[in-house]
Amino acid sequence: MGLRYVQPAPGFKEYLPKDYVDLIDFGPFGKEVDVQHLGDFKEILEEHPMCAGCWMAYFVRVFYASLPNPEDTIVLGTAGCARLALSQAAVPFIYGNYGDTNAVASGLTRALKIRFPDKTKDVVVVAGDGGLMDIGFSMTMHSWFRKEKFTTIMVDNEVYGNTGGQESGMSPKGVQLKMAPKGKKFEKIPATELAKQAGCVYVVKLSPTSVKRTAKVIRRAILAARHFGPTFIHAYTSCNIEYSIPTEEVLKDAREREKKDFGFEEYMTDEVREFFEEIEKKKEVKK
Amino acid sequence: MPEQKVVDIDYLLLEAPRERKFITGAQAMAEAVKRANVDMAIAYPITPQSEVMHLVGDLYAQGYLKDYYRAEEEYGTMSAIAGASRAGVRVFTATSGPGLLRGIEAIASWPGHRVPAVLGVLTRVVNAPLSIQPDNIELAYLLHSGIILLHAENQQDVFDMTLAAFAISEMVDVYIPVAVATEGFFVTHAKGYVNMTPEDMKLPPRDPYKAPVPVTDCEVPPARIQRDAPVQKSNFMSYLIHAVWQQEVWASNMRAMKYIYKYLGGPIEVVNPDADVFVVASGCAAAQGREAVRYAQQEGLNVGLVKIKSIRPFPAKEVREALKNAKAAIIPEHNIEGWLSKEVKAAIPNSGIVTDGPRVYGGMTLPVELIMEEIYKSLGIKKEKKVVI
Repeated sequence: MGLRYVQPAPGFKEYLPKDYVDLIDFGPFGKEVDVQHLGDFKEILEEHPMCAGCWMAYFVRVFYASLPNPEDTIVLGTAGCARLALSQAAVPFIYGNYGDTNAVASGLTRALKIRFPDKTKDVVVVAGDGGLMDIGFSMTMHSWFRKEKFTTIMVDNEVYGNTGGQESGMSPKGVQLKMAPKGKKFEKIPATELAKQAGCVYVVKLSPTSVKRTAKVIRRAILAARHFGPTFIHAYTSCNIEYSIPTEEVLKDAREREKKDFGFEEYMTDEVREFFEEIEKKKEVKK
Repeated sequence: MPEQKVVDIDYLLLEAPRERKFITGAQAMAEAVKRANVDMAIAYPITPQSEVMHLVGDLYAQGYLKDYYRAEEEYGTMSAIAGASRAGVRVFTATSGPGLLRGIEAIASWPGHRVPAVLGVLTRVVNAPLSIQPDNIELAYLLHSGIILLHAENQQDVFDMTLAAFAISEMVDVYIPVAVATEGFFVTHAKGYVNMTPEDMKLPPRDPYKAPVPVTDCEVPPARIQRDAPVQKSNFMSYLIHAVWQQEVWASNMRAMKYIYKYLGGPIEVVNPDADVFVVASGCAAAQGREAVRYAQQEGLNVGLVKIKSIRPFPAKEVREALKNAKAAIIPEHNIEGWLSKEVKAAIPNSGIVTDGPRVYGGMTLPVELIMEEIYKSLGIKKEKKVVI
């Protein structure tokens, strides 16, 4: 039903806000948009209150433009910067409690399966490093152990940005942050390694410097989660405020980190690889 | 598993024939779940709750439920319950003492999320020091959460309240969670007679579109659902939205009262309404209070019982009315703090009549003799203490 519920009933359209009508007429619902044409179509996320130059805000914008099925997608978030933008978007968003995303998503995904066994309903968690790897760690891990069929995207800014710049488990070793007045004492948590060990069927680590590749892995993660099991994307989305990155150098920083410790890594099970190859083949035939 | 037919809520709760069984409180809770057309249950072990969720697991294995799993811990359990309920299915879980406290951040958010879940609370000591004995101090933590809280005296209450809880929580003008509490071990592990509705009848399924707030399933407008985190709009909007939302949650809690009258015969039960002295109690303490009334009557004393079944919404008006001519109100409790005593005193104008106690805690039993002592004191009767060696 997804598509039908976003469309206004006949006669009502003229009374709806222009913003909403534009979404129906020129938005990504019910069609496949090309993320490289950002700006040519009405986006699910437009306005947001995030800081100027925020790389996470850019990532979230690309994320929404990459959804394979936006009219049937539910996004979950938790405390932190990302939800400031996530909650302004034109798809349903759930903000529960602190670090609970993967537990809420487990219940939600299973319940949707009970109610709509034959329909596609995509559930995607977009949460920060603190939410997924610190406070929500056990819920993140156990949703993977249980093979829950939804996607988890970690927008890693290596700090608790929204609460004022405290150390997180994903902050690099040695960095001096609030609550780490003498510098962080231990390494970044190896999130993607944990994801693979815990049973994620598709795992990506990236610095989102290429919009095309970013969109591709987001779509892949969501498609694989529908059929095979949990999927995980670890994206570097710097905090230009807490790490004092000049706005005009945010992209440069992302590229440098890509070379240093955020090189593109994509892991998938054989089953998932075959599935993607099958899809690619079908696309070739269509062309 | 017998084929179950869906019957009307009122018929099942009020009119359906009943069969008498001799079962434990844990079994009574599971038997109610069996008849409640529950879609999904999520479990996490803790004594003395575990048996309830074992039995519900068996119901899942038999096909009564569509999904069931053992979660990572209570915070995960209660969060997943919220997620499942927000997607529109009927859900159940249960917990005890420390487990309730571990899950309470999520539980306290259920009313605000407008989650019509049913929670079994099989009470026990809250650490430290470690003990697994019965004590209902944990219910004090639920009183301010917005959740509807029913307190069962015995196995029959557990069955009736649990079945009714599913109906009440999903009423459009309520639509908040209901907790059904009873004392661990004393009720959960002990057998009593329970009159149960037929096994082959169940409640109608949850209708997720009969709701004051939309479910999150991408099937109903508005397409853009944002009933969370108003904080990013502006501070002013945040204060306003949150304040209004809380008012609505507590108004919903009060609106449950009419269904408590309809399905559970009211929030209180009064025995011997013309008594001079009343024992006012809830849960297991009410059972001991009932015994005390029987003892007193045998001795020719004019003693009555006010059993409080609904702790939230609290029946202030009804308690006030029941105690208006009372000379004394004795409030026995299974906790050190005396949360019920505080509630009663706050509700009546003549709070000087209240005797705080007797209270037992840490797992002690509540002998009827302790209540009798207070009855004698309040009536000015001096009894010689017999010491039995």
